[in-house]
Amino acid sequence: MNRRVFLTTTAAGAATFAFPAVLRAQSKDPIRIGFPAPLTGPFSAIAADMKQGAELAVDELNARGGILGRKVEVLIRDDQLKPQVGAQRTQELIEKEGCQFIVGGLAAHVQMAINEQTKKAKVLFISTSQSDEISAKPDTSPITFHEALNPTITSRVVGKWVMENLGKKWWIVYADYAWGKQNNMVLSETNKKHGGTVLGNTPYPLGSAEFSAHLPKIQAAKPEVLVSCTPGADNIAFLKQVKSFGMHQQMKIAQPLHWISVAKQGGPELYQDIYGGMNFYWELQDGNPDVKRYVDSFQKKFGTPPGEYGVYAYSAILEVARGSELAKTTDAEKVADALRKSPAYNHFKGKQWWRTCDNKSFQDMWILKGRAPGKTKGDWGLLEVVSRVPANEEFDRTCAEKGLA
Amino acid sequence: MSDISLAALAAQVFTGLVLGGIYVLLAVGLSLIFGLMTVVNFSHGALYMLGAYFGFVLMGRTGSFLVALVLAPLLVGVFGLVVERFLIRPLYGRSPDDPLLLTFGLSLVLVEVARLIWGKIGVTLDPPAALAGAVNLGFTYFPTYRLFVIAVTAVVLVGLWLFLEKTNIGLVIRAGSRDPLMVRALGFDVGRIWFLVFGIGAGLAGLAGILAGPMRGAYAEMGVTIIIESFVVVVVGGMGSLLGAVISGLLIGQIVGLTTFFAPKLAEIIVFIFMALVLLFRPSGLLGETGLME
Repeated sequence: MNRRVFLTTTAAGAATFAFPAVLRAQSKDPIRIGFPAPLTGPFSAIAADMKQGAELAVDELNARGGILGRKVEVLIRDDQLKPQVGAQRTQELIEKEGCQFIVGGLAAHVQMAINEQTKKAKVLFISTSQSDEISAKPDTSPITFHEALNPTITSRVVGKWVMENLGKKWWIVYADYAWGKQNNMVLSETNKKHGGTVLGNTPYPLGSAEFSAHLPKIQAAKPEVLVSCTPGADNIAFLKQVKSFGMHQQMKIAQPLHWISVAKQGGPELYQDIYGGMNFYWELQDGNPDVKRYVDSFQKKFGTPPGEYGVYAYSAILEVARGSELAKTTDAEKVADALRKSPAYNHFKGKQWWRTCDNKSFQDMWILKGRAPGKTKGDWGLLEVVSRVPANEEFDRTCAEKGLA
Repeated sequence: MSDISLAALAAQVFTGLVLGGIYVLLAVGLSLIFGLMTVVNFSHGALYMLGAYFGFVLMGRTGSFLVALVLAPLLVGVFGLVVERFLIRPLYGRSPDDPLLLTFGLSLVLVEVARLIWGKIGVTLDPPAALAGAVNLGFTYFPTYRLFVIAVTAVVLVGLWLFLEKTNIGLVIRAGSRDPLMVRALGFDVGRIWFLVFGIGAGLAGLAGILAGPMRGAYAEMGVTIIIESFVVVVVGGMGSLLGAVISGLLIGQIVGLTTFFAPKLAEIIVFIFMALVLLFRPSGLLGETGLME
């Protein structure tokens, strides 16, 4: 340390102590939102979409004056799809980089690790990952919010629709981790509840590229519907191998979720006639000016239409802003109280609300089907909307069932 | 479960044959390189990944899968030659740990480079139209492309065997793996044999990569898990034994296939259980010579 640096630092320190005004000016520092997401690995395509949604939200917030008159920054960090890395990044975001809020998370197990850190540091967390546990005991907390759909909702909604429209004899293939297991469980329950049969359930390790060894057995069992819980890049490898075995001609294929970035990468040959659920699809802009405004500004900024996870990130960041404005502070508990006190919101895609007993967001769901090659609308128009399922708290477990009542 | 028909089981055997074929192509290269040069080549998985990506690029450029299938392994082989000449050769005569660490580091670099060039997401390769779809084998429908993979693997292995057994260079390679000092005394340039063998091993890894591409897609981390399984294949077969690598690769393909069929949860660890059992009863592997590792 040379003499000049020493002098300026001590002078600044002295000034801070001497003048409360300086302290007040410091609160004009930007509000920082930490955003851990799996930028590398099998979920990277979806994480890229989340990153863009977050950036768009922050741009729009700053254009209209930020939060509480302060500029907003989003700090996006790679959690590498590993819980321990997610926990470490979150800790750094809070302790070293001074983030007042954490938004993000994509894989359910990593999001749990993030939540452990935010609870410990008493920082408000809005999760954008699909998970049942995050809004249930013992993982949830008064300052843990959950923006995304969860396996219970998606599997009950899609499962019911599949039972009514595609067939009652199923085979379920699922990635052997939190999200996959929860979906498998709820799908099996839903199937039974509606009088169907599950001929078999096949777990496989997340991140697999080779499914062929599972397929002859499924083919021999002759299910009416093959239900696939194969997220991210696994989805492409899975569908590719299923189709190469000719199984799409023998049975219908449905999944609790479609991911547009993954479908785009896989192409229309692969996704033709594949059914799945979504919280958002960019073609909903037809006939909906609010959605069109969002799609247009996303397209203008990034050159591609928005995906479904980017919307979670966008909405969650705008909810951080709304809560802070309502509470007139960034204090986690006060912001959380404010959001529960006025739980309804609509950031363009339709009415949503926080259920006050578990901080879970409720929103409409859509059933989509892959278009035939040649029938797609540009590079991203691979899917067509088959059905809308309005938001309904009955699709989730009750707060009593979650141990919260 | 009464549903387990003979037909499904037979289809499973074919599936295992494809898995095994990819293992064999990787393990033969590893084994060749180890047997001759005592180099444990940790970059083999990355070379496999390069094969798939080179295939992707070449298919885009030429529009022909066959051209890509021939050129991609050759390019990976040439890349292997460069690696041997400039990175591994300076390490000969030092502890075997040095080339191991070097190739491990090289694999990390190659994975990052692949991410930089081709993106973090990975790409999909399509099999040529003639090989798309499934054929009726009588008892089940089986993907045409996978039958093609079995055929290519068989042809390449027979070709490799002929090369090693029937040509003069093959003779020198085999002699070199027995006693490099004597071969050198007879006036052969052992360095050139090693150079060639590393190139062949790399080319075989590249071939495995482009063959796997249309089944599994190409992505930067695709070699990371398969390299471990390939080492298991080499160890089970016996370090340095080519025939051992072939038998063990096919065997492990079947074991993985059948375990997936009967007990999917065990499929991931079964190869390691199998390795432990083999080493318990045959410490130097199925066809390994005792004393090679000491």
